[in-house]
Formats: sequence, structure tokens, C-alpha cells
Amino acid sequence: MSATAIAANNLVKIFGSGPNAVTALDNVSLTISDNEFFTLLGPSGCGKTTLLRLIAGFEQPTEGDIEIFGSAVAGLPPYERPVNTVFQHYALFPHMNIAENVGFGLKMLGREQREIDEAVTTSLSLVKMEEFATRTPAQLSGGQQQRIALARALAPRPKVLLLDEPLSALDLKLRQAMRTELKTLQRDTGITFVFVTHDQEEALTMSDRIAVMSAGLIQQIGTARDIYERPDNRFVADFIGDSNFISATIDVIDSDVAHCVIGNGLTIPTQLVGDHRVGDTVTLAIRPEKIGLSGGGDWIIKESIYLGTDTSYRIASGTQEMTVREQNARTGTARFNVGDAVSLDVAAQTTTMLRD
Amino acid sequence: MSKKKSFTLGELPGAKIWTLAFFIYLYAPMVVLVVYSFNENRRVMNWTGFSLDWYAKAFANDNIQRAAWNSLMIALVATVCAVTIATLAALILGRRNNFRGKDTSTGLISLPLVVPEIATAVATLCFFAVVGIQLGLISVIIAHTVFCIPFAFLPIRARLEGMDDTLEQASRDLYANDWQTFRYVTLPLLMPGIFAGAMLSFIISIDDFIITLMVAGAGSTTLPLYIYGMIRRGITPEVNVISTVMLAISIVFITAYWLLTRRQSVTTH
Repeated sequence: MSATAIAANNLVKIFGSGPNAVTALDNVSLTISDNEFFTLLGPSGCGKTTLLRLIAGFEQPTEGDIEIFGSAVAGLPPYERPVNTVFQHYALFPHMNIAENVGFGLKMLGREQREIDEAVTTSLSLVKMEEFATRTPAQLSGGQQQRIALARALAPRPKVLLLDEPLSALDLKLRQAMRTELKTLQRDTGITFVFVTHDQEEALTMSDRIAVMSAGLIQQIGTARDIYERPDNRFVADFIGDSNFISATIDVIDSDVAHCVIGNGLTIPTQLVGDHRVGDTVTLAIRPEKIGLSGGGDWIIKESIYLGTDTSYRIASGTQEMTVREQNARTGTARFNVGDAVSLDVAAQTTTMLRD
Repeated sequence: MSKKKSFTLGELPGAKIWTLAFFIYLYAPMVVLVVYSFNENRRVMNWTGFSLDWYAKAFANDNIQRAAWNSLMIALVATVCAVTIATLAALILGRRNNFRGKDTSTGLISLPLVVPEIATAVATLCFFAVVGIQLGLISVIIAHTVFCIPFAFLPIRARLEGMDDTLEQASRDLYANDWQTFRYVTLPLLMPGIFAGAMLSFIISIDDFIITLMVAGAGSTTLPLYIYGMIRRGITPEVNVISTVMLAISIVFITAYWLLTRRQSVTTH
């Protein structure tokens, strides 16, 4: 277990007061390890940016406290915290050239000019922008400004880098390229990254661990695989990827596998979660691509949508409906047509019993 | 929707003529003033030939020099004071921090723009008498500072409102304390607004007559006061010369102000 970079304990943040009070964070606790790429993922208004701003010191928590590498930072202004931020809209200083922007942090720390110059060169080469040192921010494209914002935040070698949706203003291709680059940069520098995004794909591709947030609460913390394969609750299963939500009754419990009966009498095996007993009603989440289809059976294909790499089928049996996805791997066309009868193949380890 | 063209004032019959007449009415006196400053004759309206004599005479006149020096000193000091106060006021009133009385404070700062100048003048004079400030250069500078503040405040506040406060957050994040953030980020970005406010203050101060007349003491005669005095003794082209020079200075400053505020609106897209 590596050292703890950030520990947040029972953070509460309430904006405003009286009837207009808004609870942005509702008792949030988490720990982020040193050298980790940690992502706060959630829809807008979920509190992820507030949490980032509390760590940066732009806001003070209403309750709770934050430790950065073991020292409490309550009440400390941003300039006394060993963290730097990459802002969503870059926030480069328009009246300074690129080198001055990148060197600003070290200059404020009172470092010698020679040391600043070296750090500026190193940082600019890290983001492959060495030849832009004497330009002004206005002369750069959005993607270039983003790299400079990154270089500026990295130049003072912070212990933690905070990134507030830094890719959201870039176009798709650039965004995809920057994902790999950010991940590489994190690995090479060994700096802890705390990355805020609402884009699940971004979160899944880059993160060591992800905290999924909603309504001021952390819904689940885990690796990309944990969160996708084993969502704790309906929100996580729904927000990350697609899921079929099926109400089922536990019929038989066989050690840690529960066999659940769904609407049309079909039995689906799933891993038992919590202390449910036989007869309990639970919700199962099943990813559309985890369901195997074979010809002949109780289910009828109601709809078939061609999606390029995949085909998405809506299937029904009695009142029970489900979505199934199948890759168009070899055939290039759909295997089934609307009206075909099919049967399902669902493995216990690919279905999830939700906690709520 | 009908395709009928919307009504434009410029398409009324005779609009061009009227516009032209209006501009002649507005600017002809100034043109005459400038042209006759080059008159050779002692009697202003009696053109006898082109000459720069009156310019030489005016520039050599000790009283005019003293009045010009007073005007310049008063305008410079009043501008610096007014801009400093206006900048501090704008930093508090132009930001998103809301507090009770913010709108009232903004209103009170801008109020001198609409209060009749004669009322301010009498009030200022009474105030000086009560407090016991001797009339002289200092009293004029104080009075000018007060009425220059709103003129300096408006462009500075406008600039501040167009400024992105994440730049200051970025500065604080990069280890700049509050003073360094102000010194290296806020102030440089505010500079165009401050310059514009200074230009405006300077020109308002140089030009002021009513308040200055009330609060000026012996030895603090400004150019407008001196010109007024000269006119009462009979108009020579010397008056035209000083007026022309003041007109030129005003044009330079107003143009600079206009250029600054225009560039400002470009950079803050």
C-alpha cells in the first residue's frame, strides 16, 4: 500500500443559507493514494468540482477536513497548498507569454531565474511545446493552450495535480489523443492526478480508480473494471454504460450464487450481494453485451438496430423486455431478424445484484 | 411576417441636409475659433492676415504660463488620487462578492455625474469654510479629485466586470499570495480600464470652470478661469490661442480614451 496523498474525512459543503441553501457535498470521505490517477466522475451538479475546489483551497468545507500527505490543510489558502490546478478553460494569463505563464508558479515561490528557466524548458518539453515559449496565449489554439495550462501546473512539481474537466473544450479527436497523453504524463512524472469529468469513457480509459458521484454523495469507488462489472447501485449501473434493470425474486441460494426468477419464469443466476434470503425481491443489472443469444427459444426479437461495430436487439418474452448487444465481428450483418425466436445465455458472474 | 422595411430615421426627406446643418451648428464655432487664433489683427473678428504672433505671445505670457502650470498640476494630482480611489472602489463593487449596500454604494459613487455642478460647487465651498481649509491649490485639488472619481470609476468597473476571475484563482493556485495576485495578475489586466479612467479624469479636471471658480484662491487660477478673466478685458486672438491649445489637448486625450476602451472590448470578446 503506497502513501496516502489525499484523505477527505466527512466533507460537507453547503452553499448559501436558509431556504436557499444547496448541499453540494453530503458527508463525503475518500482516500487517494500517492502516484494514483484518480477520477471523480458524475453528472453536472453532482459535487465533483466542489470536491476538487475544496482540495485546491478555493472553497472551505462547511464540515469535515482534508489532509494532503498527512498534513491538515483546513483554512490554508490555495497558495499554501502543494497542489496545482488545470482549469477547464485553461485560465492562461493573457498579458504574459508562454514561458512567463509556465514559470509563474516558481517565480511566486521565489526561485532563482536560472532554475525557473530550466523548469520552464522541462515542462514545455513534457507537453511537446518547446518552440512556443515566446508566443502569447492568444496566438495558440485550444489544444495548445490546454498543453500550456498543463505545463504551467506541472512546472512547480506539485505533489498533487488537480484537473477540472480539462478536455471538455477540445474536439473529439484531440480529446482522445490527450487521454493517452495525460495517462503517460501521470506515469512518467509520478504525480498524483485527481481528474474531474462527466465523460465516462474518459474516466474508464485513464483512471487507476474512479469515484462515481451523484447528488453530493460518492456512489461507488473502484477500478474501471469494478465499476463497470460490479456496480453497487442503480445509479452507477445506469450512468456507466448501459444496463438492463430487471426485477427478480430469489428462488434458490446455492452458497454465493442466487438463482433469481424474472417476470417470464426464466431463472437467472447471479452473485449474492448483502444478506438477502429466498423469496426477497431484488433488482438485477445485466449489461446488454454480456447476454449470449442462440436460435430458438422463448424470446422474440422485437427490434434490431445496426450500430456499426454492434447490433442492438430489443427482445421480449411475455411482459419482460431486455436489450442485447452483439458484435458484428465476422458476418458484418445481424445474425437475427425481427420476429426470430431466441434463447438467452447468462452467466452468474456477468449479472449484478444491486444493493438498492 | 411582412417584408415591409422597418422605419429608419435616415430615410426621411431632408435628413441628410438636417444632419449636415446640425454638424455645422456644432462645429463651425470651433472652426472659427481655431482659424482666428491665426489672425494677425488685435481685434479678433477683423481678419487681416495669417500670423503665429499670438501663439508666440500667449506662450511667452507669464500669467498664462502660471495658469497652465496650475491646470496641469491640479489635473495630474487629482487624476492620480481619483484613479486610486476609483480603482479601490471598483475592486470591491465590480466583483461578484455581494454585500448589503453594494448597489447603494455604486449609486453614491456615480451620483456626482448627475448632481448640478453649481450645487456641488457651493456645497464644496461651504464644506471648506466649515472644516477650515484655506482656498488655494490644495482645495482645488481636493474638489477636482471628488468630481473625477465617478469618471475614473466607470471604465475601471466595466473592465473588471469583463474580467474572468479564474485568472486570479489560477494565480493563487500557483503560489501567489493576495498581494502578488493583485500586483501580477489583477492590476496588469485592469490597466486599460485604469488608463481610460485617467484620461477621462484628466480632461474633466483640465476643463472644469464652475467648481474651480468657487474654490480657487489667490495663486491657484487655472486656464479656464484665466481665459474667462481675459474675455472680460476684451477678446484678443490670445484667447483663441489658449482655447485652441486646450481643444487640441482634449481631442488627444479623448481619442486615446476611445482607442483604449475599443481595444478593451476586442480583447475580452
